Amino acid sequence: MSEFTLWDIVYNLALAARWTVLLSLTAFVLGGGVGLLLLMARTAGNPWAMRLVRGYVELFQGTPLLMQLFIVFFGLPLIGIDVSPWVAAMLGLTLFTSAFLTEIWRGCVESIGFGQWEASASLGMNFRQQMRYIILPQALRIAVPPTVGFSVQVVKGTAVASIIGFVELTKAGTMITNATYAPFTVYGCVAVFYFLICYPLSLYARHLEGKLRHVAR
Amino acid sequence: MSLVELHAIYKSFGELEVLKGIDLRIEEGQVIALIGRSGSGKSTLLRAINGLETINDGTIMVAGKKVGDRDTDLLTLRLNVGMVFQQFNLFPHYTALENVMLSPQVVKKLSKAEAKEVAEEMLIKVGLSDKMLHYPDQLSGGQQQRVAIARALAMKPRVLLCDEVTSALDPELVNEVLAVVRQLAEEGMTLVMVTHEMRFAREVCDKLVFMHQGRIHESGAPEDVFANPKTPELANFVGGLAGAA
Repeated sequence: MSEFTLWDIVYNLALAARWTVLLSLTAFVLGGGVGLLLLMARTAGNPWAMRLVRGYVELFQGTPLLMQLFIVFFGLPLIGIDVSPWVAAMLGLTLFTSAFLTEIWRGCVESIGFGQWEASASLGMNFRQQMRYIILPQALRIAVPPTVGFSVQVVKGTAVASIIGFVELTKAGTMITNATYAPFTVYGCVAVFYFLICYPLSLYARHLEGKLRHVAR
Repeated sequence: MSLVELHAIYKSFGELEVLKGIDLRIEEGQVIALIGRSGSGKSTLLRAINGLETINDGTIMVAGKKVGDRDTDLLTLRLNVGMVFQQFNLFPHYTALENVMLSPQVVKKLSKAEAKEVAEEMLIKVGLSDKMLHYPDQLSGGQQQRVAIARALAMKPRVLLCDEVTSALDPELVNEVLAVVRQLAEEGMTLVMVTHEMRFAREVCDKLVFMHQGRIHESGAPEDVFANPKTPELANFVGGLAGAA
């Protein structure tokens, strides 16, 4: 096992990085879907739904992601549901992502001026028509940069899944380190991989922000 | 039968009673100006006529029908009563043409072609035939307000409410908007406006309504109201204006 070349390290990390990407994508897409439902519940005006969603968001924002994963991974078996590390990681990250996206998007919807609601109401539109034609199109435009920016947090958050034994980039790094005793080299490579995934996202988010500043519509 | 009848309208914001029993009839073709100091309740009254403020007590009748609590009643009210706002409130993500087309299409279910035809007609009417494909941020304040007027007119309301439509405009842009309002008045459109443009109100309106502390304090033909104020409050208000001018 001692003849691990740099190439072997990079190659094995690249294989594991696919799981990081897959886990990020899944969490982001599912989290986005759940987040959108929560957003509707939050803005539609039912006070109980509002309170419930707010509690949900505060719960996930106020606890470490690691604890959330632990609770899913160790808690579900207690009520008789056995989950694999993959399912636990996916579930935990989806909940985490949905809570943050709901909050980001709520801010975007609320940033649309009250005048837009009033003008559309005075023209005879109902809540659904207002949302569909006036509020959401404007809110979505504002939401894109922070949403893409948050995706970086999701990618980095997947590293936590290594603790419950899911073999993604960080876990693979740990395993290779155990075999090579070259932690600096290995974790250096791991960091480079994360950077290669995240940096384009950050650049894209910044690009979108710049574009939004020039075009107010 | 009046086009719009308000009877004993009361409205409070928390402890603060803003409207204290308003009775007002708006006749077909009438041009009414609501005047008074800020805080006298004129904007709240205007917004109540459009259902943007829910009233605490009283009745609103449109064309002889009482406006109730049901959503369909509110829709009927708003189809009859259009509104133009101080801050224009155009939809920034749509062109001028789309701003005007949207509601006829979505609310009145006109076809795209029909809606476009109405919208073009209205934009031509307010003198913006060359700006139809511009977005709001490419238009001056006066042009934006004219688009807002066209947008309200495209729904073919029977009454148009104007809430200080020139107050947010630079002085040099006020006249182009007032000219449009004047033209509407001359064409027989029923108008109710909250305004601080006293000269304009005097020239264009049939009736001035002076509001003071949530009540209609005095009302009548503009020349009477200005020349012979019956109450010290109105005399004071008119005098203050003369002093300022």
